[in-house]
Amino acid sequence: MRPEPFGALLYHFGTRRLSFLKNQRVLAVVRSLSDHPSARAACHAAGVTEAELPAYERALAALADSTMISERTRHDSRS
Amino acid sequence: MTLAPDIAPASGQTATAPGKLTDLFQLGLDAPICLTWELTYACNLSCVHCLSSSGRRDPRELTTDECKAVIDTLQRMQVFYVNIGGGEPTVRPDFWELVDYATAHQVGVKFSTNGVKITADVAARLAASDYVDVQISLDGATAEVNDAVRGPGSYATALRAMQNLADAGFRGFKISVVMTRQNIPQIDEFKAIADRYGAQLRLTRLRPSGRGADVWDELHPLPAQQKQLYDWLVSRGEQVLTGDSFFHLSAFGSALPGLNLCGAGRVVCLIDPVGDVYACPFAIHENFLAGNVRDAGGFETVWKTSELFQDLRKPDTGGACRSCGFYDSCRGGCMAAKFFTGLPMDGPDPECVQGYGEQALAAVGATPAVAVPRPSVDHSHRTSPRPGPVPVTIAPRRPPSHDCDESPLAGFAAQ
Repeated sequence: MRPEPFGALLYHFGTRRLSFLKNQRVLAVVRSLSDHPSARAACHAAGVTEAELPAYERALAALADSTMISERTRHDSRS
Repeated sequence: MTLAPDIAPASGQTATAPGKLTDLFQLGLDAPICLTWELTYACNLSCVHCLSSSGRRDPRELTTDECKAVIDTLQRMQVFYVNIGGGEPTVRPDFWELVDYATAHQVGVKFSTNGVKITADVAARLAASDYVDVQISLDGATAEVNDAVRGPGSYATALRAMQNLADAGFRGFKISVVMTRQNIPQIDEFKAIADRYGAQLRLTRLRPSGRGADVWDELHPLPAQQKQLYDWLVSRGEQVLTGDSFFHLSAFGSALPGLNLCGAGRVVCLIDPVGDVYACPFAIHENFLAGNVRDAGGFETVWKTSELFQDLRKPDTGGACRSCGFYDSCRGGCMAAKFFTGLPMDGPDPECVQGYGEQALAAVGATPAVAVPRPSVDHSHRTSPRPGPVPVTIAPRRPPSHDCDESPLAGFAAQ
């Protein structure tokens, strides 16, 4: 993951796919995912409003589909 | 030879920010997404369309230590991967050392090769790494079409390399094809070859760069072939990679997968074997030279501060294309294609699918006073290997004049 003025670029070495985070807030959400019990909690902590939540849900789902982010296993869970 | 990133975007795009990604990318990134790095001008082949006019090694090529210093810089800048090319990069004795160094420093490697060094052992080693991708160049689905461009025996070499990779279990290596008038009719056969070896097809555009300038008139696709290619690419979607090189075809209709933007100096660039940094791999000419990695500050300073790159990152005005309804799709096409065919930078691409390029080319042809720029750098072999056996005649044996006479002049009478 590489920060850029508009958000961030992500590159997956396994799939060789490039993804984009188009603003700073979604970057903050992705960065803090592992610190929160759920994606929803990470969004709330980053200041995403209820109205904005569906858009963030779609973005995170797309990242999960491309295995850019994945569900943590019990082993590396920090909570 | 290698090109722009094979970008498969969309996955992480969110609807939460205004502005298209292309608009953001137009203004340049803090570091390239990927870059092309040609490690040597030396090559065992003499392909007629070589974009870097390769053949002979340049004595000023970067040393192993200098290459490692460049990799350190790329790691610091978080460049995701490098497209290594040449020349034939694998003929550098330190090639594998540099590949290992890059992957050990979080810089992914994709390298282009004609396959000459991809033995069974090498293939096994490549198959074991997640961070190295291989691209075999093939410009004809038959030996006849391929070897006419890449030289005798090159088809067999490429296929042997593919077989070795497939046997080693390397899934999804790339077969890289430069699309020409001669091989566009073979497009389905290329796909069949890729399927046979478990490889992925990567089709790219012929540019009038390097030696390509000399053969562009005979090799570049005809207008009807461009449409055929476009339709084929649209139907295949993301299964086929293009290095974003056909965005000029987007003016046929819907955009092709990829960024559809000229990334020169904005998201990509080229480092050549002597460390010169150019805006893109197809623009090896002093007009597109941004600096050298040996300069103070190295590559990072060139990328961030060169006047040329700053200039390329300014918003496009569209120039003569601004009034065209398709400008938003094709963005005026390829800078290098225009430059090496003598067309102005702010006008149509020579292969503009709306036909404006042909008109512009005709205008250039009608004005002989306008010199079409030539590539600044040429490392072509000075001689080409003669096809087939060399004809020699051996004089009939003459018996020695006497038993122990070894003088070469024995038996010849003084005039």
